[in-house]
Amino acid sequence: MGVNYSVLGLIFASMHDSSVIELTKQRTMGSILFGGRYRLIDFPLSNMVNSGVYEVGVITKSNYSSLLDHLGSGREWDLSRKKGGLHLLPPYSQVGGIYRGRLEALNNIWSFVENSKAKYVILSDCDFVTAIDFNPALEQHIKTEADITAIYSRSIYDNERTRYTNVLEFDESGRVSEVLIEPQFSGECNISLDMFIISKEFLKKIVKEAASKNQYSLITEIQAKKDEYKIYGYEHKNYFTKIDSVQSYYEANLALLNTENRDKLFTTDLPIYTKIRDTAPVKYGLESNIKNSLIADGCVIEGTVENCVLFRGVKIGKGTVVKNSVLLQGTELGERCKMNSIITDKNVKISNEKVLTGSETYPLYIGKNASI
Amino acid sequence: MFTKKKCVAMLLAGGQGSRLYALTRDMAKPAVPYGGKYRLIDFPLSNCTNSGIDTVGVLTQYQPLVLNEYIGNGQPWDLDKLNGGVHVLPPYQTSIGASWYEGTANAIYQNMSFIERYNPEYVIVLGGDHIYKMDYSKMVDFHVQNNADLTIAVLDVSYDEATRLGIMTCNEDMQIIDFEEKPKQPKSTLASMGIYVFSWEKLKKYLIENENANTGSKDFGKDIIPSMLQNNERLFAYSFEGYWKDVGTLDSLWEANMDLLSPNSPLDLYDLKWKIYSRNSNMPPQYIGSNANIENSMISEGSNIDGTVDFSVVFSGVTIEEGASVKYSIVMPGSVIKKGAIVEYAIVGEECVIENNAHIGRSPETIENKDDWGIAVVGHNVTISESKEVKPKQIIADSI
Repeated sequence: MGVNYSVLGLIFASMHDSSVIELTKQRTMGSILFGGRYRLIDFPLSNMVNSGVYEVGVITKSNYSSLLDHLGSGREWDLSRKKGGLHLLPPYSQVGGIYRGRLEALNNIWSFVENSKAKYVILSDCDFVTAIDFNPALEQHIKTEADITAIYSRSIYDNERTRYTNVLEFDESGRVSEVLIEPQFSGECNISLDMFIISKEFLKKIVKEAASKNQYSLITEIQAKKDEYKIYGYEHKNYFTKIDSVQSYYEANLALLNTENRDKLFTTDLPIYTKIRDTAPVKYGLESNIKNSLIADGCVIEGTVENCVLFRGVKIGKGTVVKNSVLLQGTELGERCKMNSIITDKNVKISNEKVLTGSETYPLYIGKNASI
Repeated sequence: MFTKKKCVAMLLAGGQGSRLYALTRDMAKPAVPYGGKYRLIDFPLSNCTNSGIDTVGVLTQYQPLVLNEYIGNGQPWDLDKLNGGVHVLPPYQTSIGASWYEGTANAIYQNMSFIERYNPEYVIVLGGDHIYKMDYSKMVDFHVQNNADLTIAVLDVSYDEATRLGIMTCNEDMQIIDFEEKPKQPKSTLASMGIYVFSWEKLKKYLIENENANTGSKDFGKDIIPSMLQNNERLFAYSFEGYWKDVGTLDSLWEANMDLLSPNSPLDLYDLKWKIYSRNSNMPPQYIGSNANIENSMISEGSNIDGTVDFSVVFSGVTIEEGASVKYSIVMPGSVIKKGAIVEYAIVGEECVIENNAHIGRSPETIENKDDWGIAVVGHNVTISESKEVKPKQIIADSI
């Protein structure tokens, strides 16, 4: 696939940080580790590149040092480019204070958008994990002459469990007839993936009008103007998952043990790129016993691992049994430990013969760099 | 404008590796996969980067496609530099004609202008088919301290092995006084590792002389080293201690992989201070299924394992289906081992398909006559049909 210079990608790296406060204490949404070797921002970044979008701005907010470290020059996403490429847009406020919503963030960085020669803008957050080719949605956007195309998926919505979720309803022509922000019902509906295609000119109009009214939320704006603006939906039929709590983070990682889900998220057509760590292959010891687990390179496993996701460089000692757990990068479990339903953040060290148990509905989270 | 470099590395990667047969039919030997996610050339290239040598010429000739593509701009080894970096140097045509690289010395001779651009004091000549971790900067320091013209890295080997290698005899200061290729009765057990540090002016002189003498071999071991010794130049041996493996044969390639599985593996790939870099395949983590049974093995990214894997090295993107069994074997990138297939004491090349119930190789215990036993090899891009058998020692280059 070639390069589409008519599209600018903008990724909000810090939307909804507060929904997973445990994981964003020392990082931002985009730099949350996911799926053994990725960070959440890898998905929208790869989606852009896989769609031929090679000019991408990443809008950050706070706690972004881990994100900067991860992204570097953008080379690993093929975004270290002379034309376009990756642009990191740290918080910059004209009114003082950090931005409150997407429109305010866009107003703050508008000069960057203005300088782009792109005709269209694709907006994406980092809390929806999916692999998508934006081109069919872009084609539809152009064909329908929409002001905004909102990408959504048909899925079960459960207001008891999900947070920051918006639901769309359409009329017969596919035009948005209702925008529901965290509605109070449950059932199958059109869940907004909070990915939008907008022409640059139209986005400018929204951003500038909103700024003059001290309005900052894109969703609220869309909700208020649904009859005035021509907003169409585009259904994304591939697998997606949303990270909006520690519980959903745990489940989304373990959902990758399902081969069907994995095959939809990791395809050869839409590869997910990430920072390379040059770690050696996984080494399994003489007494290792592995069942139904996703294991990243650099792990050394001497014990028993069942229904787990192991990130890069995890070490499991002899005689240790770990089940139904998500162990982030650099976790080291000693010998003869028993672990069930735990999440260990980066570089957690657990010494010999420890027993830690969470429950599948309430996994035990152990913070970054903790030693037990 | 070129910045002067203290030391430039020249990596001889043109070898055919004919004793690896089916594995090197379509790729140069340095491109042969090793250790789950590496290719042989990753070792000298990573050693260069880790030793602070940032200018590397890679001399290619035989089947260079895979190798060229793999090296690319050198970025995986941090060798995409503004000044220096890695450069692939194939043979080329000049106003007076065109010639292939005729020998190791001739290959360097033909690329003297590449070296001259960096005006180095020292040139380190490396092979592309050895597995080892070595700090070349220490060897260059040793060379400088001895005011040497040529320093050769040597390894202490057994008497038996010495008869098959280039052997140095040294005085107590490690100055080389004699050199013999494959001696019948070795005078010493210090074997050349094929790693040479030359003072560039001296090397240049001998390369030109050797070229004019037109010996026919134009080789370091056969021509340059003997004539330097004859002229009483200062040749020193630099002792290397540590893991070093020549993977010139199918058996040694298999052994070198098995070495990684030993509980006290002599080659530590997990040492973060001396990483071995490689071009990444961008694959998701490996998935180990509910029916898998894995023991003492190395498995790389993107693999899907639902069968048995014992004492084996499995590369990236390999599928081992439920009911398949892989023991004491090497399965290279992208291959598929289907249900009921058995792979034991074997090397399976890249992108192979081993169909249901096929049987590759045998364990030595099941073979009566030990002379009939050996590693079974399936070359790259080969399909072994359902229930077919590949016997020990058999080498399959085309689908059966």
